[in-house]
Amino acid sequence: MIKFLEDLPDIRNTDVWRSVFRSGTGKSNLRRSLAVQQNVFLHLASVKVRSKALEFGVTWYLGTLSLGCFLVLVVTGILLMLYYHPSVPQAYLDMKDLQFVVSAGMFLRNLHRWSAHAMVLLVFAHMFKVFYRGAYRSPREFNWVVGVVLLMVTLFLSYTGYLLPWDQLAFWAITVGSNIMSAVPGMGAKARFLMLGGNTVNANALLRFYVLHCVILPLLAVLFLAVHFWRIRKDGGLHTGEKTQ
Amino acid sequence: MTEEKKNVEEGCEECSRRKFTMAGLGAIGVAAAGSAAFGYQFLSPNALYEPSPIVDAGKPDRYPLDSVTPDVAAGIYIVHKQEGIYALSAVCTHLGCLTAWKPELGIIACPCHGSKFHSDGVKIEGPAPKPLPWLKTWVDDDGNLQIDRSEQLAQKQFVRI
Repeated sequence: MIKFLEDLPDIRNTDVWRSVFRSGTGKSNLRRSLAVQQNVFLHLASVKVRSKALEFGVTWYLGTLSLGCFLVLVVTGILLMLYYHPSVPQAYLDMKDLQFVVSAGMFLRNLHRWSAHAMVLLVFAHMFKVFYRGAYRSPREFNWVVGVVLLMVTLFLSYTGYLLPWDQLAFWAITVGSNIMSAVPGMGAKARFLMLGGNTVNANALLRFYVLHCVILPLLAVLFLAVHFWRIRKDGGLHTGEKTQ
Repeated sequence: MTEEKKNVEEGCEECSRRKFTMAGLGAIGVAAAGSAAFGYQFLSPNALYEPSPIVDAGKPDRYPLDSVTPDVAAGIYIVHKQEGIYALSAVCTHLGCLTAWKPELGIIACPCHGSKFHSDGVKIEGPAPKPLPWLKTWVDDDGNLQIDRSEQLAQKQFVRI
């Protein structure tokens, strides 16, 4: 079997493959580096990492797990959007349909919900891990700031998603949350009005939260995630606590 | 002389490039300010399809003496005391939850964070910073009790029938 596979012509030497991946094949460090460097997705990461940086104890993989949750949320969220209408008469019934009528709807909705809870937990854990290891210190201070923005985006995604089931819990949670917002001196009441698109949590608020939750905030998250990962490479890889020469 | 002129011209070239950039930045700044103003206008709805703040509470004789009648949909209490009838907002002054009348205790209590009020709106305890406001109440030409939820009374005012 293995012999058979070895005898097959290497697909990576075909013209089509080479037109997509220009870096070429080979086991030299140069070729391997080029394979990473010349790929738009992989180039965010470094070509080489210290083996210490891959050990569980250094990061507990909390950042990667947060990203994993985010990806699960994107996939399940897009699928939920196919059955959910962000309108007052339909939102709650669509949510119930997802639970009891749509095939695998309950599974997808619960996966979305649990991943959302897990992501908030993991993002906080990631932040504490970075803090207690001192990984926020120079030269990584800017990436800490990007991380704080990502924490805010995560929390706001969580908050906007909370309204969408349109049940009593959602309604009163957003009523209370938006009233907290209006306590901001000077601009609070106006900011609440703009966020809700009215004076009460109503049809406009549901639609605004839906657009924020499904379009604006995910785009912001992807943008800042790209910068966050790229900065790991630019700041000399993950902080391992080892002395660098 | 010609040397000097050349320098001036060179300076001008340098200067014009800078001027162009500054003019460009200025234009972008104006466009950004305009977009911000436009965005603010766009995000503020001009017509709100929200329920009217004025509630028709029906004939006053529906409310017996010494009673507190909640209207959950409207978020108000109609209270009938010896001095007369008044309407109280049922929206907690803390964070906007709907309070509930507890007839067995004779108080108004908020389920969210535990604020408690007397039936005249005065705070008993809890995080609420202010008493429940009294709302403008009157009897219209048909003899129906009307409450304007958007107008809070500065002082107690009873409707006498």
